[in-house]
Amino acid sequence: MLDLISGLRVAAATMIICVVGYTALVLGFAQAITPATANGSLIANERGEIVGSQLIAQAFTSPEYFWPRPSAVDFDASGAGGSNLSPANPALTERAVKLIAAHTGATEERPIPADLVTASGAGLDPHISLEGALFQAPRIAAARGVEISAIAAFIRRLAYAPGAFFTEGRIVNVLELNLALDAELAASEASN
Amino acid sequence: MTQKPTRSIFTADLVRPALRQSFTKLYPGLLIRNPVMFTTAVVALLASVLLLATIARQGDVLFEIQIAFWLWLTVLFGNFAEALAEGRGKAQAEALRSTKAELRGKRLKGSGHQDVAASELRKGDVVLVEMGDLIPADGEVIEGVASVNEAAITGESAPVIREAGGDRSAVTAGTRVISDWAKVRVTVEPGAGFLDRMIALVEGANRAKTPNEIALTVLLTGLTLIFLVAVGTLPAFVAYTGGSIAVPVLVALFVALIPTTISALLSAIGIAGMDRLIRFNVLAKSGRAVEAAGDIDTLLLDKTGTITLGDRQASQFLTLSGIQEGELVEAAWLSSLGDETPEGRSIVALAGRNEDAPENTEVVGFTAQTRVSGLNIGERKVRKGAVDAVLNLREFDPAAVREMKAITDRIARVGGTPLAVTDGTRLLGAIYLKDIVKSGIKERFAELRQMGIRTVMITGDNPLTAAAIAAEAGVDDFLAEATPEDKLRLIRKEQAAGKLVAMCGDGTNDAPALAQSDVGVAMNTGTQAAREAGNMVDLDNNPTKLIEVVGIGKQLLMTRGALTTFSISNDVAKYFAILPAIFVALYPGLDALNVMGLSTPESAILSALIFNAIIIPLLVPLALRGVTYRPQTAARQLIRNLSIYGLGGLIAPFVGIKLIDFAVSGLGLA
Amino acid sequence: MDHLFVILFIVGGTALLSVPLGSYMKWAMDPAPNQADRWTRLFQTISGASEDQDWKRYLVTLLVFNIIMFTLTFAILALQQWLPLNPDARPALDPTLVFNTAASFTTNTNLQHYSGEVSMSYLSQLAGLMWLQFVSAATGIAALTALARGIAGRSGLANFMVDVQRASFLVLLPVAAIVSLLMVLAGMPMTLQGSAMATTLEGATQTIARGPVAAFLAIKQLGTNGGGFFGPNATHPLENPSFWTNALAMIAILLIPMACVWMFGRIVRRIRHAALIFAVMTVFILAKITGSVFFESAPTPAFVELPVSDETGNLEGKELRLGATTGPLWAVLTTATSNGSVGAMHDSLNPLTGLMPLAGMWLNATFGGVGVGMINMFIYIVLAVFVAGMMVGRTPEYLGHKIEAKEVRFAILALFAHAVLILGGTALFAATPLGQATVQDFGAHGFSEILYEFSSAAANNGSGFEGLGDGSGPWNIATGIAMLLGRYLPIILPFAIVGSLVAKRRAAETAGTLGVEDATFGTMLGLTVLIFGALTFLPAAALGPIAEHFSIP
Repeated sequence: MLDLISGLRVAAATMIICVVGYTALVLGFAQAITPATANGSLIANERGEIVGSQLIAQAFTSPEYFWPRPSAVDFDASGAGGSNLSPANPALTERAVKLIAAHTGATEERPIPADLVTASGAGLDPHISLEGALFQAPRIAAARGVEISAIAAFIRRLAYAPGAFFTEGRIVNVLELNLALDAELAASEASN
Repeated sequence: MTQKPTRSIFTADLVRPALRQSFTKLYPGLLIRNPVMFTTAVVALLASVLLLATIARQGDVLFEIQIAFWLWLTVLFGNFAEALAEGRGKAQAEALRSTKAELRGKRLKGSGHQDVAASELRKGDVVLVEMGDLIPADGEVIEGVASVNEAAITGESAPVIREAGGDRSAVTAGTRVISDWAKVRVTVEPGAGFLDRMIALVEGANRAKTPNEIALTVLLTGLTLIFLVAVGTLPAFVAYTGGSIAVPVLVALFVALIPTTISALLSAIGIAGMDRLIRFNVLAKSGRAVEAAGDIDTLLLDKTGTITLGDRQASQFLTLSGIQEGELVEAAWLSSLGDETPEGRSIVALAGRNEDAPENTEVVGFTAQTRVSGLNIGERKVRKGAVDAVLNLREFDPAAVREMKAITDRIARVGGTPLAVTDGTRLLGAIYLKDIVKSGIKERFAELRQMGIRTVMITGDNPLTAAAIAAEAGVDDFLAEATPEDKLRLIRKEQAAGKLVAMCGDGTNDAPALAQSDVGVAMNTGTQAAREAGNMVDLDNNPTKLIEVVGIGKQLLMTRGALTTFSISNDVAKYFAILPAIFVALYPGLDALNVMGLSTPESAILSALIFNAIIIPLLVPLALRGVTYRPQTAARQLIRNLSIYGLGGLIAPFVGIKLIDFAVSGLGLA
Repeated sequence: MDHLFVILFIVGGTALLSVPLGSYMKWAMDPAPNQADRWTRLFQTISGASEDQDWKRYLVTLLVFNIIMFTLTFAILALQQWLPLNPDARPALDPTLVFNTAASFTTNTNLQHYSGEVSMSYLSQLAGLMWLQFVSAATGIAALTALARGIAGRSGLANFMVDVQRASFLVLLPVAAIVSLLMVLAGMPMTLQGSAMATTLEGATQTIARGPVAAFLAIKQLGTNGGGFFGPNATHPLENPSFWTNALAMIAILLIPMACVWMFGRIVRRIRHAALIFAVMTVFILAKITGSVFFESAPTPAFVELPVSDETGNLEGKELRLGATTGPLWAVLTTATSNGSVGAMHDSLNPLTGLMPLAGMWLNATFGGVGVGMINMFIYIVLAVFVAGMMVGRTPEYLGHKIEAKEVRFAILALFAHAVLILGGTALFAATPLGQATVQDFGAHGFSEILYEFSSAAANNGSGFEGLGDGSGPWNIATGIAMLLGRYLPIILPFAIVGSLVAKRRAAETAGTLGVEDATFGTMLGLTVLIFGALTFLPAAALGPIAEHFSIP
């Protein structure tokens, strides 16, 4: 009985300090110092409308946009998840066949980068590999009527190594890439 | 070690009864004492029942017959190991028992005595023993002196004197009086005597498990339960894939995995450890004492007889100033002429006078009161003795006394014992008696130190002498001018610091210390009280053996540990033999785990099971002899045993199972 | 090359950090008589408890407090639809899910049969789950502290109610605050606003769930809890925005379990012994990391026939921003430590990569959960000392305590319980539709899913092969029970061992005593962990990941 009372007192104390106090501290700090990322790294267009989050992949299907990696949850950012398929599951093969067909142009000599046919853990991976972006460059160039080399140069400008020297490959953020692509083309159209 | 030559283990007279007992020991009431072997037997029974069912169905029985056969053999091998270990004591026990059966005693009643069977003698009865009699019961001489041959117990035929009072009063049932007579008061009830205990010990019957053995049994039983879960869940796992596993196969896997090897040998190891002690002429009253011996941190050793030779030798004459050396030598010689002790004789020898004793002399013997001895030649009184005793004889010239004391100190500082010599009123000088440290003892102590055992020398000498001898002998510490109370205090102090203490003793005044120590070895010549208080009795009365007793204790535990490690390590190879064999039908790819390349699944399973069975008799000699034991640090000990039995346990079954597989598939058995 | 750098950076860096933290934890948890007096008095005032408890009293108090934890959280979860801080109006939860979740977070498991952003209100996440992430971890640290006091020879183990506050307020809170502030700076969300609505470039509407992630995440990792704010845990970009948050998270996963070893060493005053234990654990963890990184660098087997690049290894279920090494590395760390958060989908790992996390949970002592990992290692130490002790020819002793039948019995019982919970549970569900109907991939992989789920529950890990349909009532109840037994038996049994040790005369250590500080004993301990811990599970492993590996062409 004594244990119960003192247990409840400790429960109350920990609840107040570790939940209320701690959360308030971190919340206050975050909202004061880094409000943009603290609220989800949302991106607004020039009209102030939220077009997405820098960190959350969104579906792109039109040929003039870079496509993200496939999503097992169809880019549902309110219910994320992976495919959880075993690596030898035929469903993975089927999905890959479809994606290879959609992306077009994959051959034994020019294989499609693996990230474009594998779903990420949360289905919301905002990035594709540099190779994955370059692989899509011909389609975008054709759809937008620009030189492939221009698109490639554009991709390389936005690509970065996520872990500096700790990581080998480079990646690009699809939403940023597409936004920048739109902006660049709009700018070049305006200048014309 | 001065161990007696090892008897061969597999002699016909031992093996034949052991084979018979392998079967009688299948009695469940006995088998259940060893849970792992009991489980194996249950499993063997299950396999046999299934075999009968298969026979009834007229199915293919070749494989199942072999499984059942090897399962039973595993159990029998375990029984055989135990029976063989017990058998070695049995013969000795038989001899003792026949001795005991014919014991009769002359019970004193009033003025006469009546002849009764030894079994009717009660504690407190008094019996008369005379020349030629076997002493009917353990007891104490209360009157008379007799010389007794204790060969029946010790194997040593030199007679010993037993007399009333003092430390030589205890007699043991079954020993023979070879001269004179004595009255003996019986000190034990029938059935509780030394002989009975010895019979029980050498026979190993109703052997109580020692603490460590119990703990190990718990571990092995626990492992068996864990493997029961690991194997018992397999049918469900396989059912998931729609497959199934035949029960005999499961049973084979289970028995191969559970620690049958160490379990089969466990009691044999314990019995053999006791047996080693017995053959070493030390009787442990319990297995617990043997284990405790391995744990000893501090050894209390009596100086005399253990560290030094029993007798001191005269090595030098030291004259006071103004005294001719010849004078001193002559007086020393004269005073020792009547002294038949080894010390006295050594003085005579050192004096080197080959002449006859003077006429008209009277020997003055040593008494505990005067502590001096000597010779009266007419009015001339020549004396020698302990310095303080001699100085108390009369007033001497103060200058001489001072000088005497200086000489005494000098001698004491180098570990010697001084005897003062006087001739009439004159103090002549001192004889330097030297303690002779046993050869090789220093190396033994160094070994003990490596093993982490501290040696403490117990002596009645003064601290100066003790320190010098301690340094020469290489003991770690000493207790000088020790009284029995000091000894007891020292033991308590060591124990309070968490140390286990061993000592040996023989006198009645040693009894409290013997009882207090963790391992107390009583000398067989000692008093009944001492023998009761100790938990071991050394039949040879050799205190140095304490060191070997520690070794035997350690070897016992090491053998257990080594075989446990070996047994458990074997499982790795057995898994690699059996798992692919069981699962390859479900997942052909799992044949990749068949690293030994065993010919067929059936052969793989059988080979593992056969290996598991025959490793038991193969290890019986090791279990009975014990693993090689060397005095070295725990760290080195562990490296050695881990690499031999751990690594060996990993590798050996891979080789063994592969070889058996050759044989099994070659013979077309599977 | 990048693999090596990342592993060195994470494991080596955390090892270095753990040393001073271990000393600090010794100061905080087991202050010397005149140290931290003010804190001790404060905690005594708060709890109203100050008696010096023996092991039985300590254990009872611990259990009472854990019952309070379970009950309060059960209530919050069961009533969340009526309680405040529910901006997205999450509905009531299934009762078996409430039981499972309350058990899961009370036991420091954080097995999640729900998806946080779908099912839980912010109040449930913060007051229910995050609170438990503090106090369940604190329970583990307190238990280890008490155990170490007993091994150090003290019969009074101090007071649980004070210890649990020491662990919460002096250890977890400050470290969590530092980590969460760093996480915020590295771009992690921390907001109480509800979901954001976005109109995508192609005109679709996207609902973006968010929340007070940074605070939740720091304690989730530090306390080896592992329950993610979002369903897919640390693969979710808002729960793990960059390589750097990922690295920080992995350090946080490993930090306190590592520091616990040093704290143990300082309390028992045998720092070299602690260093040896640390080394043995590190060898295991490095072996598993090497294995998993190697196996995961093989391409996804489903694509062998297709024109897919095989240079990047298996990317299914992994996030590009986190780097190629971190999926398998995280998988090893999170299971070695009973954390259970995931940085890649374990179900989609290559078969033998998946074996590494399984092995981590079977051993459950190569750093292990905060506090309890070292307690589990204590069980292996008891057994290693017992066998090795005999081999040096003495009655086995551990730091002067004789290991006899009673101690061996409790130790082996703990291992037995672990085996029964995992293998027994797996057998029940594998052989019946209970499990067969819920697996995503039939065959060996489906078996691995069931095996993984029970391993995770019994080891109080919380990660999963999430393809498994584990949200059903039977799964909720079975794993709930496995978690409770898997948590409290391995605390109760070691306490009983220590209770028995404390009552004995303590033996002096000499050159003849088994040393517990040298490489030989380290080898012995490693072998014991391997043979006693892993051998039991080899048949199951053969039918799961190993069979799957060999059936892939």
